Order: sequence, then structure tokens, then C-alpha cells
Amino acid sequence: MVLTPILTAHWDEADSYTLAGYKRHHGYVAFAKALKTDPDAIIQTVKDTGLRGRGGAGFPTGMKWGFVPQNDGKPHYLVVNADESEPGACKDIPLMLANPHSLIEGVAIASYAIRANHAFIYIRGEVPHVIRRVRHAVDEAYRAGLLGENIQGSGFDLDVVVHAGAGAYICGEETALLDSLEGRRGQPRLKPPFPAVAGLYASPTVINNVETIANIPYIMRNGVDWFRQWGTEKSPGFKLFAVSGHVQRPGIYEAALGTTFRELLEHAGGIRKGRKLKFWVPGGSSVPMLTEEHLDLPMTYEDMAAAGTMLGTGTPMVFDETTSVLKAVSRWLQFYKHESCGKCTPCREGTYWISDLLKRLEKGEGKMEDLGTIEDLCRQISGRSFCALGDAAATPFPAAMKFFRDEFEAGISTPADQAFNPLSSTVFVKAKG
Amino acid sequence: MTNTPVELVNVTIDGVEMQVPKGTLVIRAAEQIGVQIPRFCDHPLLEPVAACRACLVEIEGQPKPQPSCAVTVTEGMKVRTQHSSVVADEAQKGVMEFLLINHPLDCPVCDKGGECPLQNQAMSNGRSESRFDGPKREFEKPINVSAQILLDRERCVSCARCTRFADQVAGDPMIALLERGAHQQVGISDDDPFDSYYSGNTIQICPVGALTSAKYRFRSRPFDLVSVPTTCEHCASGCSLRTDVRRGVVQRRLAWDDAQVNEEWNCDKGRFAFPYAQEGRLTTPLVRGEDGVLHAASWPEAIAAAAAGLNKARGGRAAVLAGGRHTAEDAYALSKFARGVLGTDDIDFRARPHSAEEATFLAARVAGLGLGVTYADLEAAAHVVLVAFEPEDESPIVQLRLRKAVRRGRTHVTAVASHVTEGLYKLNASMIEAKPGAEVAALAAADINDSTVVLVGERAATVPGLLSELVRITDQAGAKLAWIPRRAGERAAIDAGLLPGLLPGGRLVTDEGARHYVASVWGVDAGLIPATAGRDFSGIVGAAAADAYEALLVTGFDVDDTAHPDATLAALQRAPFVVALEQRPTAVTALANVVLPVATVTEKSGTFINWEGRARQFAQVLRENNTLTDARVLAMIADAMDSLIGRQDVAQVREEIARLANHNGPRAAAPAVEATVVDGLTLGTWNQLLDHGTMQAGEPFLAATAREPLARVSAETATAHGLSTGDTAVISTTKGSISLTVQVIDGVDNTVWIPTNSEGSHVRVALGAAHGTPVTLSKGGAH
Repeated sequence: MVLTPILTAHWDEADSYTLAGYKRHHGYVAFAKALKTDPDAIIQTVKDTGLRGRGGAGFPTGMKWGFVPQNDGKPHYLVVNADESEPGACKDIPLMLANPHSLIEGVAIASYAIRANHAFIYIRGEVPHVIRRVRHAVDEAYRAGLLGENIQGSGFDLDVVVHAGAGAYICGEETALLDSLEGRRGQPRLKPPFPAVAGLYASPTVINNVETIANIPYIMRNGVDWFRQWGTEKSPGFKLFAVSGHVQRPGIYEAALGTTFRELLEHAGGIRKGRKLKFWVPGGSSVPMLTEEHLDLPMTYEDMAAAGTMLGTGTPMVFDETTSVLKAVSRWLQFYKHESCGKCTPCREGTYWISDLLKRLEKGEGKMEDLGTIEDLCRQISGRSFCALGDAAATPFPAAMKFFRDEFEAGISTPADQAFNPLSSTVFVKAKG
Repeated sequence: MTNTPVELVNVTIDGVEMQVPKGTLVIRAAEQIGVQIPRFCDHPLLEPVAACRACLVEIEGQPKPQPSCAVTVTEGMKVRTQHSSVVADEAQKGVMEFLLINHPLDCPVCDKGGECPLQNQAMSNGRSESRFDGPKREFEKPINVSAQILLDRERCVSCARCTRFADQVAGDPMIALLERGAHQQVGISDDDPFDSYYSGNTIQICPVGALTSAKYRFRSRPFDLVSVPTTCEHCASGCSLRTDVRRGVVQRRLAWDDAQVNEEWNCDKGRFAFPYAQEGRLTTPLVRGEDGVLHAASWPEAIAAAAAGLNKARGGRAAVLAGGRHTAEDAYALSKFARGVLGTDDIDFRARPHSAEEATFLAARVAGLGLGVTYADLEAAAHVVLVAFEPEDESPIVQLRLRKAVRRGRTHVTAVASHVTEGLYKLNASMIEAKPGAEVAALAAADINDSTVVLVGERAATVPGLLSELVRITDQAGAKLAWIPRRAGERAAIDAGLLPGLLPGGRLVTDEGARHYVASVWGVDAGLIPATAGRDFSGIVGAAAADAYEALLVTGFDVDDTAHPDATLAALQRAPFVVALEQRPTAVTALANVVLPVATVTEKSGTFINWEGRARQFAQVLRENNTLTDARVLAMIADAMDSLIGRQDVAQVREEIARLANHNGPRAAAPAVEATVVDGLTLGTWNQLLDHGTMQAGEPFLAATAREPLARVSAETATAHGLSTGDTAVISTTKGSISLTVQVIDGVDNTVWIPTNSEGSHVRVALGAAHGTPVTLSKGGAH
């Protein structure tokens, strides 16, 4: 496998985050080209590339843009979902830190394509340094005449607002994000109407992930065939894979879609010395876990789906044998319980109940029927909650039970900390052997 | 109304094929074949939210169960509910189990127990036992979201009915969901309680016992209550209510479902202001003795005394002051007694500022005309113009219906008013600013055409020329015009002829044929009925002071509401003989020679005519008190005066009223009074919904939710008088003054607005003033 440094190509340069640094590597050439192109042709190009959303759901980006009704007399909006909060996901935030102009140029091209004159970048509020950096980059772009009124004499106006979230995971759900952006309490909206028809301020809105939008300038500059040289028919292109956990070199590896997890793991230096892989989660805590038997799976949307999981955010979390699966799942459920917005019953009450039962199991005080109860509760949440947060919360337990049922059963008598010394799974523990 | 054909779609629910209008929600379609899908957040009058997930059903072609409260039917849709789908049944049971894990299950001590949708649906659509054995979430309980509304957060299932009602229906988003996850809770902003006029509705639509009223909390169990359908006696909206009684005591009142009138809502006054009828009542007749003191008397003794005094006044030496709160039956009996027994036409129900122009308007355009402009007309109107009328304070259900229409986006509201009130803001009303008293000149800008409905309120009476001009303009434009009084009995009083010159059904006393026909229905000598119009309320008051009468018959008003309370009291003092028919002791009691206690609305059946002209019949709630209606008391007095007018029970009176309906003869002509120009600073005033009204007595929790009485002035007027928000304004007439805290508002200059009858602001008593009266404004000392 070869790495494909495109978005990450110049992250090691001292001024990679500046306009000058970005321009040195053909920055904003694509935007200039776009301004001379028919917007519909840009949408068609994106459709032709087969680019799929990098935020987790993998929805075809060009199709999403094509849903926006044109000549409807309403303002259109582009909203960038930079609320990266998924446990395990850490790719958008480094991207915005190291190469914010690729995002801004992407925003400019996408806005031009969907005829939006106002774009918002909604960044999670817990990362003020990233918010500062993106704001700085936006300021630079304004000063250089790349944003604002009548950009480069093209007659195209675009204002970009960098908005800080207030610390709710649910605001990564696109309609909750819109509510939050409108100044309301972030809770998902009833669909239909879908955002493409009535999104922000009840106007047609496209919501895309940071990485998706950052792909756009490169596609615009190099074309469909260039993009499709990587990946598969259904998962074309390249991706930021953020590998974390019990590996030698955790980090972001930009590689072609279709790269196997084994290859990714090799790039990350393999499992910690003297340890072996126990389980891994391909794309954030919301997707089902896999084990060693899945090492040779290509990292594509379709292969992951075939294996019963999802590519998700493409940010594998790797766990070695020192990890208590029970504790990992319990932590995730506590996260979902904490972040459940409260709107719908299954998610609000289900996460409360399941995390309570898991804590009991963690302490070795579980009951035999608890496992069956949790499995059933997950079924009651999955597909019955209002938004995907509930589905996500119902994901880790059944997947873990498939591979590690015995560990959960041990929770009836043995505290997890007794079965797995918590110290041994930490990063600062002395390497074994 | 046009009849557009409704587009129907075919849908199959649990194997039953049916057709329903396109756009129907699945849950509503299921109801039509008797399939009850469980629901909490769903409410037919609120927008779907699909939050509780109790109503999940299986829809063919959909991978996941769908919320039937939010999905509309489509052609060929096949739906399987809990009755024919294991998936739906399991999903519903699962949600029900989830809802109960953090619910305290304190049904035995909960107000809602016995009428609780959670309790009922947990039984019908839940698992028999919960598997949850962990600790439940706890909250401090209860907390006040207002003085009246209490919240037990641990009982809440987060259905958001209350918050959506407050936001969508009332337009008072003072409660909202706070926090998240299992800690999500309804709450208010600090120091900003849920003092909505409509707050009580949230208790009624709460599907659990999370919201309760201070008034009713722990007072009763639903299964101990006897429920009677009733009509609200407060304003002219005409709300259908349900009155719940336990052991002869009214425990609570609920808004009852009437799609044509109040839908499923009512205001807090209608819901909570009923203790006046229970405590502090007159219980026995009183007769003033030789010693000049009122003594308790037997009914025969009191009737004899009343008859003796009134006998001396027969043939035009008596007058009747009636008030605007009578039922149609009682008002009719008063009209009949005045003309047919006392032989006087000096009769008026307008115990409030009034004018001859108004009387002419009412005789010409209201009396006996039946159903006119309706709530449905408001909802369908492209444009509604409000003149001298504040719907939220004066007819709160009109406010709700207008808001509903405005939110639909097809109706625009324009207000000819002095300032943007809270109510007008919620109607997104366009303003035509008019200084109180100067409304006539402003009408030209109102763009009244044949798709306009004009609503005018009672204070138009104090603006000379306003009603005349409204008749002229609306006639010319082909617009609809409706007069909306403040009191439940005014429309019926007009129909009954409780106005000088006016007989029942819009007939005129000057019309000989009408006199003869009325006399024949009444069974009296037509010669008894005066042939010329008598005096109106202020005319009677003036004449009484000049010894024109031997006796006054007084019933059903508060002296302090009259245009000049001092003059009214002086007239009562001066009159040689006063008979008072009263529910509670008032200022009149002390001046009466005979006081006869009469039934409140709970103790009788009857009819109110609401502002639409719609008859709102109601049943008797309490029989225990054995009180008599005004009509029955008058019949007894008439008997004692050897003037037989029948029993005057409800059935008899209704039959007589029916015979006097459909008058086709001469009617009064519309008024044509010239407008006058009022210079200088004028007073704007109306009664706020919650104020010092007599019928709100005895309900401190309700009173505590009233709006703070403030003196509202525009920025320019404030500056001109050296005032700013928070200062004390002194509003004065030659009679006296009122001091209130200033609120600088967005409004017309050269006017000050104060509430008519609120704490520290009793306009009639203190100022002897009305809407449009010139007053002076100055800055007072430190507040």
C-alpha cells in the first residue's frame, strides 16, 4: 500500500496553515477555475467522481448538492459540519489546524456550485485553538479578496462565518446542528422537510463534513479521472485514516480507499510491542467492532458494510488484549447517555438504563438476565429512536457480545478491573518483554 | 365558503381498506376505524414532533417502524399497527417500558391517577412488568413554574406538549425543555414565571401528572368527581367547559372540546376563577327593617316586601339596572318584568361606560340577529382589523383563533391601537397607531375591503363617531363587522332588550305591532309596554338622583365598573326603594331595601350567547344549594304583585324566546354620529384579563399570575413629562389620580395607558375616566 498525501501533503511545512503556504502549492487555483465554470458542471463533476461524505454516513456528495432546488428565489446555505465529537474520530480537527485553506477553498467552490452566498463552518466549541486558526484563515481569505463581495471580479459574493458550538455531541447530527446554528437548543428536527429543501432558516441547505469539502479543490483542479485512480467503484478516492489506540505510531494516514486495515496497521507500526490485537473499531464508537479475523478487509464503504460494520469516519480505534471490552463498551454507553439530547424516549431512557446495567456488570455485580436485557434494550433503541444517535448507542454492545460474550458473563461475578488490570492498558505502562 | 373537493387516498390499516383525505396523519386515519395507537407527544392541535415514539407502526416498504403521529398517508400505503404487527407491538411495548423506568409510579398520590394517559396506555400497550431494577432519576419536587402551575419533574415523560402549546398555540414560550438526556426537564428562565393567560391548558394536555395546579392539587380523585358540561360565564368567547364536582363542591373546571368555538382550550380565568361562587355568598334574603338595618328574612317575607315596594313604582316610576352577566333566560325575564310588570322602559345592562350611539348600534346591528361572524370566519379571513379591542385581555379565545390563523400564513391582522401590546405582538399585527379617542381618523388607513373582518370592542362606546364610522365603512366595503363585548351576558342582554327602546329580538318599543306581538307572547296587556324609549344607564342614574323613581331593580353588576361609581352609589342612596338580586354582598347590598340571593352559573341551567351570536346552553351543576334564578325570583315577585308572567323556568323562557326570534319588522337604523377631535393627552385603558373583577375573588394563585399594572407611555411622551421606565407616573383628572410604575413602550405619543381595574389602578373609581378621556400626566415621587 502506498500513502496518498494530498490533503496532508504539506502538513509538515511550518506555514502550512497560512494562505501563503497554501498558495505555494496551487492554493485557490481551483477556485479561480471554478469561478469560470458553470455551477451545474461543478455539481456534475462532483457527481462523476463518486465522492462520498466523509462524516460517517458516506452519502454521495454530488447527489446531495443536486438536491438543492435552483432558481427558487430563496437564499441557499452551505454549512460545514466541523463538530467532530465522535469517540475515536480525530481527522477534521487536525485538518483544520494544518490546512484550513483547503477547507475554505472547498467552501468557496461548493457555495458557488450550489449558489450559496453564505456559508457557515460549525466547529465544536471545545477546540478554541482550531476555531482561532480557521477564523484566521477566513480573515486571510477575505483580505486576499477570495471571500466577500464580487470575488475576483466574478460577480460571486460569499460570506463565511465560523461558528463555535457549545459542547453537545448531538449538534453533529445535521439538523440539530442547524437548530444550534439558528440559536436554538440543539435537537434533531423532524424530516421531511430535508435540509436540501428547508434547512437553515427554512432555506435550501447543504451540510457537508470538513474532509468532504476539503477534497473539492483537489477534485476541481485535477479532475474526475485523477480522483478515481484511487479506491473502488463504490468508494473512489482517498481518505484520512486516523489510527488511534494500542499501536506504535498513532496518527493520521492518508491512503487510498480500499487499503486493507492490515496495511494501515503496518503504517502505524503495528500493535504495541509484545501485545496482540484484540479488537478494532473502523470508524468511531458508533460502528460495530471487528477483530483480528477482519484484518485484511479493505477500508471501503461497501466492504465494511458487508462485514456488518461501517467505514464511519474512517478513524480506526485499536485495542490490544489488555483492554476490557466490557469497560470499553460501558464507557461508550456512558458517553451516549451523557450526550443523548433527551428528545426521544428510546435513546433518552435506553442509554440511561443500559449504562446503569453495564456499570453493574463492570463492578462484577451483574445478574445473569442483564445480558439478555441489554441485548433486548439495544433492539428497542435501534431503528426506533428519533435520530442516529440512538442507533449508535445501540451498536457497541451487540457487536461486542458477538466476539466477547464470556467477558460480559464474567461481569456477573468478577469486577472488570480484576480481570483486566486497568494500568496495563494505559499508554504509560512499561512495554512488556 | 367554497366547497373544494377533498382529494382522497387509499390506505390499508390492519387489513382494513379505507379512504382518507390526502395529508391525514396515519394515527388519525387509524382512529377512524377505531384503532387507538398509543401516543404521548401527539396532539391534534399541535404540530407533530415524533419525540415519544409510543406510536410506532409498521409501514410496508419502510425498513424501520415509523411514528404514525408524523407520517401522512400516501396512496396505497399499507399500515400495520400493534394489532397486526409483532414489530409494532414490540416497539410500542418497548417505548412504554422505557417511559416508566424513570417515572416514579406514584399513581396513588398523583392528581392524574385515574385519568392518566400514561397509566392507561401502560396498561393497554405496555409489558405487564418492568425489568428495570436500578435507581430512578430524582428531582426536587414540586417546583413552581408559576404561582398556579406546579411541576413534578420526575413524572415528566418529555413529550413537550406543554412547551409546544405555550410556543405554538398561546405564543407564550415561557416554558421550555432544558438540559439533556434523562436530565431533560421543563423549566422557566430565572425570575420569568409561566404567567401565560393560557397556562392551565398545559395541565390538561399533560399526559402524566407532571403539571398540576395549586388550586386543584391533592383536592380530589378523578373517579370521585361528577362531571357536567358547562359554559364559561366570564367573557363572551363562549368556551365549552367541563365542571367537576365532588360532594357538592366544584373542584375544578376543564376546557371542553368544541371545534367550532374554543377547540380544546380555555383561558386561566375560565379555568380557575370559580371560587367566587362558593365562598362569601349571600345565603338568605335580606329585608331592611323599620330600624333601617338589613335583617335575614324568609323568602315569602322578602318577596312580599319587594312586591310592596315595586307596586308603588308601577307605570313608569321604576327603573332596571341589569349588568351584563345574565344568562339569556334571566335577561329575558328582566326585560319582561320591566315592561310587562313595572311598565317601564328605563332599563339598561350597560353597567360600564356607554353612549346613545352604542345603544343605537347594538339595536341596529346586534340585537336578535343570531349567528353572525364566527370563529371559522376569523380563521378564513384574509385580513382582520381590530379596533378598540384587545383580544388577549378581552376575549382570549378570539386571540387564540387569530393566532392560529396568522400562523397558518393566510391571515393578516391589523390593529387600530395606541401601542403594540403583548397580545398584538403574538398576532404579528400591523399597527395603525391611534391615540385613544382618535380612532375614527385612523380607520382610513386600515384597507378594509370585502375580504376583511373588523372586530370592535366595548370601549368603542366612549369614542364618539367610531361605531357610526365602522358601520359606514364596512357597509361600503362589503366587509364583515363584529362587536365583541367583554362579558358573557351582554349579547343575550341585547337580544332580550335590556336597552331602552328595545324589546326582545331586536324589536322597537316604538313599533306598535312589535309591542302587541310581544305582549301576546308575554300574556300581558299591550298597553303596559311603554311606547317611547326610556332612559339608559347614566340617564337612570341621573334621574334617580333627581327623584324620578319610586323604586330601582338592581342586579348583576359591580358599582365600581360603572362609568361613574360615585353617581351610581348616590342614585342608589337616593332611590326610595331598591330591590337587589345578588349572588354575593356588594356595594349595592348595603343600599338595598330588599336583597334576594340568586343562583350562580353552577346552580342553574341556562344559555349564554357568545360574541358570534351562538347559543351556548349549559346544564345545572349543583342542586344542593337550592338557589333560585333571577327569572324565578322575578316570577315570584310578579305573582305577589298580581301580575302573572308564568313560572319563568328555563324551559318556559326558552319556549317564549323561540317565539320571539326571527323578527322581520322595523329595526333601529344605524347610528350616524360625527366624530369629535380630542386635543391633548388622553387616557387609554381596558380591563386586563386577570384583575380585580368580582368574579375572580377567592383565587389567590390565579391572581398572582396577573400582569403587573404599569403605566405605558411612548418614549417621546415619557421624555416630554420627564419620565423613564421604572419611574412613578401620576395620572390625574379633576376627580383624582392614580400612581403607577412607568413602562416606556413602542406606541403613539400623547397618551398614557393604564389597566382599568387592577391593583392600584381603579380607573372608574379614582379618575371617573374612560378610554379616550383627557387626563394629565406627571412624574411622581420615588416608587
